[in-house]
Amino acid sequence: MNLASRLYYRLRKWTKAVQLYLVIAGPGLVVMIADNDAGGITTYAATGAKYGYNLIWFLLILIPVAYYVQEMTVRLGAVTKRGHAEAIFDGFGAFWGWFSLLDLMIVDWLTLVTEFIGMTAALKIFGVPPWVTVVGVVALMAVIVMNGRYWTWEKIAMLFCALNLVYVPGAFMVNPSVSDIVKEGLIPNFAGGFNGDLFFFLMANIGTTIAPWMLFFQQSSVVDKGLQEKDIPWGKFDTLFGSTLTVAVAVFIVIVTGTVLKGVDIESASQAAEQLMETNHWVGTFMAIGLFDAGLLGAICISLASSWAFGEIFGWAHSLNQKIREAPWFYTSYFFTLITAGLVVLIPGAPLVLITLFVQVIAVTLLPAALVFLILLLNDKKHMGEYCNTPLENVIGSFIVVAIVALSSLYGISVMFPDLFK
Amino acid sequence: MNRAFGKFARKIRDINERYRTPQIEMSPRVRIALLALRLYLLFLVGLMVYKFVLLLT
Repeated sequence: MNLASRLYYRLRKWTKAVQLYLVIAGPGLVVMIADNDAGGITTYAATGAKYGYNLIWFLLILIPVAYYVQEMTVRLGAVTKRGHAEAIFDGFGAFWGWFSLLDLMIVDWLTLVTEFIGMTAALKIFGVPPWVTVVGVVALMAVIVMNGRYWTWEKIAMLFCALNLVYVPGAFMVNPSVSDIVKEGLIPNFAGGFNGDLFFFLMANIGTTIAPWMLFFQQSSVVDKGLQEKDIPWGKFDTLFGSTLTVAVAVFIVIVTGTVLKGVDIESASQAAEQLMETNHWVGTFMAIGLFDAGLLGAICISLASSWAFGEIFGWAHSLNQKIREAPWFYTSYFFTLITAGLVVLIPGAPLVLITLFVQVIAVTLLPAALVFLILLLNDKKHMGEYCNTPLENVIGSFIVVAIVALSSLYGISVMFPDLFK
Repeated sequence: MNRAFGKFARKIRDINERYRTPQIEMSPRVRIALLALRLYLLFLVGLMVYKFVLLLT
């Protein structure tokens, strides 16, 4: 009886904890899964095709890296009740504020174009013309955001996050060798020696894991959701869960292409999907569906990151809990970004490859600034009080920031001067 | 049109006024970090300009 009542008590405690988590879950999970956007899927597919399972260990290292950076935005948002753009304006003045805001606008818009490139390429495999994809995506996103409730938007976004798991059955269907995955993937190694190519791939994987828009998005999302200081532990858990899931999805993509396409030069995820279809129709189909979903999730979050940031600074109403007539500028900027980015993909002969490369270079100018501001703001006792970074968090955070800044800068430079690291 | 631009310019001036003074405590560590950031961005912009000149020539 005593054991039964204890078990019942524990079960109820766990059920309540899960229920509480489901209420608070969202910002961390959505931002992390959306991080596996169209560009990310291409990077992981190319990594698997080039190095097989050999870089899985490196992807696993990115779990704590993504977590430590993003959890700081949870604390900052929950304590100050301000988005990242407003926090930078307030903390560092108008010069750094405008620099961050305008840089964010450019990076977000260009990244949004790359999401549309991914989505149109994915649906083209199924015979859907690009203009139908663009119109359909804009209409779908209008339906998602215009319901006037953050909660509904978030739960729909989480449904698309669940669709991102489509790579998991795909990985099982290609029958990978588990012993090879463990032997080659989980023991740190540099297949073929540490050379320029490998360095480029390592940098690309880091670049896709931490993007500037993620900092702005998660902090604004935490504020719009209304998370309080007491919710911070659950917000952190949400972020940890999201970062684990996003890397798990990346690992499954690497397993798929590492098993079937090893040694093939992959330039885009849609090319990988088409080649996979030749050997296993369903795995290729899953890859294409996953690519579309990744682009859609990325587009949902990136366009919001910009609109939230502008709303915060210009003083417009900027919440998903408000209808169009209550927050007209917020929705105008949202749809303007979305529609113009979609239209670029439809322009015949548009320099899409150049845009994709340009995103990486421009992102490098914003990421270090956003990360440095984040660390400094988290050390501001006046605003953060007891939620300031501890010395240990500062050591870990600073190490990660310095490493990301160095590697992402080298990545940006290698994009501009490709022969430098050969 | 002119009124809209005027209104927008006024808004920008308001924002600049509102955020004129940085609220974060400007300790030596913060100053060094911001200086390093400025130098880093100047270096990156220099590289981009160099690349642009290379492309043109």
